Amino acid sequence: MTELSAHLPQFQHGQLTENFPDNHLSNTNDNSERRRHESSERGRNDNTDSETNGQPQTNIQQVVEQDEDDEELTLKYGAKHVIMLFVPVTLCMIVVVATIKSVSFYTRKDGQLIYTPFTEETETVGQRALNSILNAAIMISVIIVMTILLVVLYKYRCYKVIHGWLIISSLLLLFFFSFIYLGEVFKTYNVAMDYITVALIIWNFGVVGMICIHWKGPLRLQQAYLIMISALMALVFIKYLPEWTAWLILAVISVYDMIAVLCPKGPLRMLVETAQERNETLFPALIYSSTMIWLVNMAEEDPEAQRKASKNSTYDKQAPANQTQNEDPEADDGGFSQEWQQQRDNRIGHIESTPESRAAVQALPSNFQTSEDPEERGVKLGLGDFIFYSVLVGKASATASGDWNTTLACFVAILIGLCLTLLLLAIFKKALPALPISITFGLVFYFATDNLVQPFMDQLAFHQFYI
Amino acid sequence: AFFWLVSLLLSSLIWFIAVKASDPRDEPLQRGLLIFGVVFSVLLQEVFRFLYYNLLRKAIEGLVALSEDGCSPISIQQMAYVAGVGFGLMSGAFSMINLLADALGPGTVGIHGDSQLYFLTSAFMTMVLIFLHTFWGILFFHGCEHRRWWEIAAVVVMHLAVSGSTFCNPLYVGSLVPSYLLMAIAAVWAYLLSGGSAQNVWRFLLCKS
Repeated sequence: MTELSAHLPQFQHGQLTENFPDNHLSNTNDNSERRRHESSERGRNDNTDSETNGQPQTNIQQVVEQDEDDEELTLKYGAKHVIMLFVPVTLCMIVVVATIKSVSFYTRKDGQLIYTPFTEETETVGQRALNSILNAAIMISVIIVMTILLVVLYKYRCYKVIHGWLIISSLLLLFFFSFIYLGEVFKTYNVAMDYITVALIIWNFGVVGMICIHWKGPLRLQQAYLIMISALMALVFIKYLPEWTAWLILAVISVYDMIAVLCPKGPLRMLVETAQERNETLFPALIYSSTMIWLVNMAEEDPEAQRKASKNSTYDKQAPANQTQNEDPEADDGGFSQEWQQQRDNRIGHIESTPESRAAVQALPSNFQTSEDPEERGVKLGLGDFIFYSVLVGKASATASGDWNTTLACFVAILIGLCLTLLLLAIFKKALPALPISITFGLVFYFATDNLVQPFMDQLAFHQFYI
Repeated sequence: AFFWLVSLLLSSLIWFIAVKASDPRDEPLQRGLLIFGVVFSVLLQEVFRFLYYNLLRKAIEGLVALSEDGCSPISIQQMAYVAGVGFGLMSGAFSMINLLADALGPGTVGIHGDSQLYFLTSAFMTMVLIFLHTFWGILFFHGCEHRRWWEIAAVVVMHLAVSGSTFCNPLYVGSLVPSYLLMAIAAVWAYLLSGGSAQNVWRFLLCKS
């Protein structure tokens, strides 16, 4: 255990710093994507339709229709997208809570990260408060610095550096942390295991994970891997962050998220705007995406178009797994429901995926940026959101005296916060941070349930009164 | 579920304040305070059910305004059912989950002289409450829709009665039997309000189309 904590700081240094800004990034990233898809449908339809859509005369119609359709659509999709996000967030939390409850490793205090050098085992409450404030301040400043570094790198187009950074951090997560996790699970359940089997398992897990996340892979598998690495990261935080520091960090990070996304000079907002100017998507390895691209489906038939599309980000490639969208509108895997089909018809004009239209699309210049529009219509959530939600729920289940009541209350609070955030997104149609509302609700409910509700429920259960 | 949770939060806040302000060693007083807490909580739950109804009403109006054919994709009855289920599930979860977690561990039920049927009766009571919340949801929303205040009053009175009957636990006959009777009444009533009839049931049982 001791060598673990000794090693971890070094690894953490490389890995946390990598992930943090990326998480924040993806908080806003996805929001920006969401916003982008709403506004880009207007913008791109106006600007780029003439050359890429092949139906220039429908431009004006589309713009008018969009204004009316937008409201309706956002509400219609709203519910579907909310559910599509509930499932992965719930799964991540379930994994974290299950692990916390069963594997005692993650609740044992084995030292702290180098980012939180001040201990909380102090004599006085005041000293403890001071230490935790300092810890939180250090952590947040690390995050801010790393975010700014990332924005600078992105602005000056150092894509190689960023990709290398991401690859190293996901390597670390997929191999090292999952190795530790597996080891601890085996220890808890007293399973005899040899190194060769473990090496084989971890190797396969890691390599498939790298491929799925950074390159191509089935959508469900990619989603599953993203959930798993979020859960692993959350578990690390739960283990290595002391009590008060953790709560403070959660609170401060939601404030930072709000500032960074909404202020005009916020780093994340600048990042988002830069990405928009360049018509690019950001870091697919750090965003959970719930739908897949549609137009690549059409182009699937032609290997030449496939090659053109292969330059784009990874989640575009999920399309192959989801064929027959046009033939079977009931196949709901990508969220392309009947309503979506109608809406697509409204927007782009009545396009069926006939061989003629496919040929027309393939004949277009290879500006497949517009083909990402339908994809962005799906919902994306940054992995950082997953991680911090799970940290909150995991901490609640680990340290609350009200135990399951508190966990359940925090869980419901976070989900309702997520609902509200998506609703606000549909109303305001601009980039919104996903953390503040949920974390606020979660924190309020945690402290309230732990201190107020739990004694009440205890007494009620003791007397067997029911309310 | 969220609304039920918030109502629980507020009611436990009140109870907590009351307890802190009183003498912890005075047993009857504590019990009295607890009873007061329960009654207050029941009333608060119904208030929140009403608030939730208002929220859903506004949502339906919004959906109707934006839909293509002028009717909302989800009816108020469906919402009533869902609201009731949400309340019930949350209430049930909060009542049972710690019990279940403890039941996994070692121990003997009632070793100190309490009832040995503790887990069983808790389970039954929770079940009846979840059902009741569902039916009350339907009744309540129907009453609000059609402005029949006596229906709403009936729901509140029933809730108070059920909670009140649990005050005579561990005399389980006094709590479980009335609760189940009330549940049967509420079930039939909600069924009739939702448009069911004896004919439907008969046809269903005979597997006619």
